[in-house]
Amino acid sequence: MADVAPASPAASVPTADGTPALVSLRGVSKRYGDLLANDGVDLALAPGEIHALLGENGAGKSTLVKILYGVIEPTAGEILWEGRPVSIPSPVAARGLGIGMVFQHFSLFEEMTVAENVAVALPERAFDAVRTELAEISRGWGLALEPDRAVWTLSAGERQRIEIVRCLMQKPRLIVLDEPTSVLTPQESERLFETLTRLSEAGTAILYISHKLEEVRRLCRAATILRGGKVVATLDPRASSAREIAALMVGSEVGEVRAHLSKGTGEEVLRVEGLSLPPEALHGKPLVDVALSVRAGEVVGIAGVAGNGQSELFAALSGERLASYAGDVVVAGTGAGRLGIDARRRLGAAFVPEERLGHAAAPSHGLSDNTVLSHHATSGLVKAGFVAFAEAARIARSVVGHFDVRTPSDDPAARKLSGGNLQKFVVGREILRGPKLLVVDQPTWGVDAGAARLIRQALVDLAAKGAAVLVISQDLDELFEIADRMAVISDGRLSPLRPASAWTREAIGLEMIGAHDEAGAALAREPA
Amino acid sequence: MRIELIPRPDPSPVARALAPLAALVVAFLVAGLVVALLGKSPVSAFEVYILQPLTDPWSLRAMLVKATPLILIAIGLSYCFRAGLWNIGAEGQFVMGGIAGSALALATHGSDPGPWLLPAMMLAGMLGGAAWGAIPAFLKVRFGVSEILTSLFLVYVAELFLDWLARGPWRDPAGFNFPQSVVFESAARLPEIPGLDRVHVGVVFAVIAVLVTAVVLGRTLFGYRLKLTGDAPRAARFAGFDAKRTTLIVFLISGGLAGLAGIAEVSGQIARVLPDISPGYGFTAITVAFLGRLNPWGILAAGLVLALTFIGGENAQILLRLPFDLTVAFQGLVLLCVLTADALVSYRPRLVTRAGARA
Repeated sequence: MADVAPASPAASVPTADGTPALVSLRGVSKRYGDLLANDGVDLALAPGEIHALLGENGAGKSTLVKILYGVIEPTAGEILWEGRPVSIPSPVAARGLGIGMVFQHFSLFEEMTVAENVAVALPERAFDAVRTELAEISRGWGLALEPDRAVWTLSAGERQRIEIVRCLMQKPRLIVLDEPTSVLTPQESERLFETLTRLSEAGTAILYISHKLEEVRRLCRAATILRGGKVVATLDPRASSAREIAALMVGSEVGEVRAHLSKGTGEEVLRVEGLSLPPEALHGKPLVDVALSVRAGEVVGIAGVAGNGQSELFAALSGERLASYAGDVVVAGTGAGRLGIDARRRLGAAFVPEERLGHAAAPSHGLSDNTVLSHHATSGLVKAGFVAFAEAARIARSVVGHFDVRTPSDDPAARKLSGGNLQKFVVGREILRGPKLLVVDQPTWGVDAGAARLIRQALVDLAAKGAAVLVISQDLDELFEIADRMAVISDGRLSPLRPASAWTREAIGLEMIGAHDEAGAALAREPA
Repeated sequence: MRIELIPRPDPSPVARALAPLAALVVAFLVAGLVVALLGKSPVSAFEVYILQPLTDPWSLRAMLVKATPLILIAIGLSYCFRAGLWNIGAEGQFVMGGIAGSALALATHGSDPGPWLLPAMMLAGMLGGAAWGAIPAFLKVRFGVSEILTSLFLVYVAELFLDWLARGPWRDPAGFNFPQSVVFESAARLPEIPGLDRVHVGVVFAVIAVLVTAVVLGRTLFGYRLKLTGDAPRAARFAGFDAKRTTLIVFLISGGLAGLAGIAEVSGQIARVLPDISPGYGFTAITVAFLGRLNPWGILAAGLVLALTFIGGENAQILLRLPFDLTVAFQGLVLLCVLTADALVSYRPRLVTRAGARA
């Protein structure tokens, strides 16, 4: 660490139950430009402690963990290992200290066997010795694995066990798990909890990152809650109510909520009913019986923590993935569930996906080519198979002009634009088509404040002109600012749609962590 | 210690334009070194390989004939490569096209079939090549099998099938047991271009393919679709372009053009079925496609350059006693240099020592 905070007299931050800490973080901060991702974070774990790290997206959980695992260097603060200040310049150094990490996304070679995958991480050791120890560890910890099975034949739970065993081979004293149950079935999760409990009993400290309250309560006696990069509380999750914890996670400044009078009295432009889809990939989420509607003239918001089915919902609405039945997704009165994205565009729909580069726009193509991307089916740009590129360039210039897109040159490649400017372009490109329905996923993710304001204004203006607008966003403030009605997505299930003014942050927080009944109860308590 | 490639933020357009030339120069230098190691003079090799063919009218016409299949196949491959699909099996599609067209020629042998025969043979050649190209495409879209492997393996199937035909069912009974068919009748042979001795009209097919492709890739939605699919597959899906359909279409086009090249070569050049009808055109065309930057005009030029190496290679065998394998090695060297040059235009190499490594 470059600048370490001056040593304070106390040897270490005491842990939740007062025992000497195995590891403690003191005043750890990480600054990216103007953004303070971690702001003076204190955290301490005793040997054998299972400690939860809770927080919304962008609360600073990943940054903190990456600092601990030596992936990024903190701007300020210090890390104590058994009371001694240490610097962790790399993951190798972290592993040397005894810190192991199990990432949310696995890094395994599909074609290789379990034993080979573990041996690859330990190049200095003989393969046979690794294979034998792997078998011992998996037996000893109840992590059933066949060393000679090829990885591609294994389930998500089994793959995760490889990662855990790989981690245990290094005899770690602290294991960090990042959302470990997000890819597991309930049964697999149960087995994981048993293993973690046994590891903890054997003295291994575990830092457990999650946003699922139920499992945190089952496993952990201590939890640190982050919001906006700061520690807002360290508490015993079993002694605190779900309400309390949810409020701490999302903040409780209810005062700023602007009551909306729904302008959406027009006809229903989008109706989704009984939309269920199995997960498409290993790390995917299913969609479970999703129902929602968006009327002309209103903005409907969908809140939720990232990775809870938002991209799956977007793909099903846009037609990049077809629904099971035509009636699952109805656009402007036409059953569109089995129609592709271009056919839905012809019905008057427009879409802005979450990822700007590579999904909404081709990085190496100019803005005019990127206009053809979403306009070719509807804007008369194509006649007899020939593209009117000059007309596309004219439309692109018009988007650039109307939406204040700052470009380094005339018709630059999409990747030459800053995030905010490219986002203004891809949103503007759709709005300029004059759609009846706009579905946008994370409209202002990672863009500067000025661009975010312009984009939100454009979405509200579009609704005011009579279009139906559906906004999927992780940014609660954004949704409260622009949405007339809202729902929360959690684990691929969508809560009921309620007027934005009927939601409280607390109820949204409860929905996010899967406490649906308590959310309903919390709303019932509120005065209407 | 290892070498990392760091993307250049702004690749120089000048470097990009000059990369194929630089690649050719490097390939010539390396080849010169190899020739010197074989105990021959690199200077006389350069003269035999390059200068003599370029100054001899007969060699220039032979170059056109050799460039025809290279250009036709490489134009087809450019559809696949632009869409990010790796058809390595054009050689097999070439052979199957030759077989399909020859089947018509041999079936009508001695029956005075009339003027429909040649067009029908060309069409059969295209269909034969397209069908062979459809197999890897189908396996990819249906089962997710790598098209690189299947298309390559099918080359050997096609070659052995041709070998069997030439030695078995199609062997000329009056041919003293040589493994070859009867000589095609003139109705089944592509005519020469008037005034260009020994140059058959297949050259015209190649030029048409270049012109049509220049329009298709540059001006049509289909061309845009291929570029988008190759450059940003997810964005292509967002644009509503079905990747499976794209795969099938480009393999049909690519196989069809390779098949046309195959039957044009048999009908216009060889005039009979032999166990081996290609000196590796289908593989050399991969080099042609990349040397030509997947651009139709670039492919036209690159096809002529690589055809020159075939002519020069034949001359060198006779005049310098250099093995023909050297020519094939040189063609591979050109591909390697072109790909390296392209990579260096887009990326900057950096040597990373262990001490400085950060995970």
